[in-house]
Amino acid sequence: MKTFQFQNKSIPFNEGDSVGAALLRAGIKSLRKSRINGEPRAMMCGIGQCFDCVVTIDGKPLQRACITPARDGAQVGIDESSAS
Amino acid sequence: MVMTPAHSITSLNSEGSQKSADVIVIGAGIVGAMCAYFSIKAGLRTLVIDRSTVASGTTGAGEGNIMVSDKSPGPELELALISRDLWFEVGNDVGDSFELVAKGGIAIARHDPTSLFDFAKSQREAGVDCRVIDRSELYEREPFINRSIEHAVYYPQDGQCQPMLAAANILRHARTAGAQLIPHSDVLRIEKSKSSTGSLLKVHTTSGEYVAPYVINASGTWAGEIAERAGSSLPIMPRKGFILVTAPLPPKIFHKVYDSDYVDNVASSEADLQTSTVVEGTKSGTILIGASRQRVGYNKNIDVSVIKKLAQQATSLYPFLADTQLLRVYNGFRPYSPDHLPVIGEDFHVQVCITALAMKVQASGYLQPVAN
Repeated sequence: MKTFQFQNKSIPFNEGDSVGAALLRAGIKSLRKSRINGEPRAMMCGIGQCFDCVVTIDGKPLQRACITPARDGAQVGIDESSAS
Repeated sequence: MVMTPAHSITSLNSEGSQKSADVIVIGAGIVGAMCAYFSIKAGLRTLVIDRSTVASGTTGAGEGNIMVSDKSPGPELELALISRDLWFEVGNDVGDSFELVAKGGIAIARHDPTSLFDFAKSQREAGVDCRVIDRSELYEREPFINRSIEHAVYYPQDGQCQPMLAAANILRHARTAGAQLIPHSDVLRIEKSKSSTGSLLKVHTTSGEYVAPYVINASGTWAGEIAERAGSSLPIMPRKGFILVTAPLPPKIFHKVYDSDYVDNVASSEADLQTSTVVEGTKSGTILIGASRQRVGYNKNIDVSVIKKLAQQATSLYPFLADTQLLRVYNGFRPYSPDHLPVIGEDFHVQVCITALAMKVQASGYLQPVAN
């Protein structure tokens, strides 16, 4: 099965899955911390509108996990670009 | 409020199926919320009616400017100065709930600063706190600004709030004190109605009838339509504007920073598209980029060329924005009056229909003088 990496874990996915869907299936809900209170943030709208699920993908920040197709071997990480 | 209770208003609670109040506010935006806040404070039974929900019109599309810096000496500036201070008084009373911040404004001139400096001088003489700052102070205040910009005026009184939160929380405060909100209720017509206690206004809405001796038209861009439904008229037109919202970033823009041609655009009477750069950070980390002005009726279409132009102008002011992602773009309609002034006061066609129309969030504070 194809996988991508998230925080040193291999996350399996089916062709056509979004990064967010694969993470959710793997039991990973919190993708980052909020900027103001450091509270966990997860996918909320799931359709690319709310930007709560942004992650880094291969070093690129602000990628919306919910609408970005998963790719074999990708490095997905926590997006700290908006952290103060 | 030009609101000397000329009529006795006791025992008005229910006349048949009608609901009564001392004052009916039409519009649950920031102006309506402020009206409700001051009315209830004055001990008046207050009813707020909105055709939709809180902050669903003009306020919901606003940027939250509380500015004195863009106003020429005259009545609007006088009101703006009073209003600005009132905002912070209300902010203290309601609590830190709507991102109210006295961040200060910086107006810059890219080339010849003469008109910027002359304008600031005239404002200073009218009581505005402002001063020319040199390059080193400019770069200290705004370390990420384009270093080719050398001329700037600093306005410490300029502020900002989150307009939707402001309307919601100020209205919540008023409701806690007894004001009533009736959402999803469109005003059909307003007519005079006699009663044993004096002359009243009856507001027919899609959810029923409401009577009060005073009605405040706080319907923003749609104030002209409400005035018509009261048998009066107001020459208010929609003036469309776009705002670009970036992804949240660590703070990089510390004031409300704008190109001084913004002032000319605000004061312009042209219907065609005008853009001038206004850039500011928000508490949530996003950066708001404006401002465009055009009079195209209520056309909500997204115009990519306007967005491009705003983005280019902002990027020339803050080069780092070139690598910043936009999250979204929104547009809405400002109330535009031909003389560019807020419309406040009694409507003599309707006698006691009081119009309180804001130009920007600013004007909300105007309402306290009105409410008094």
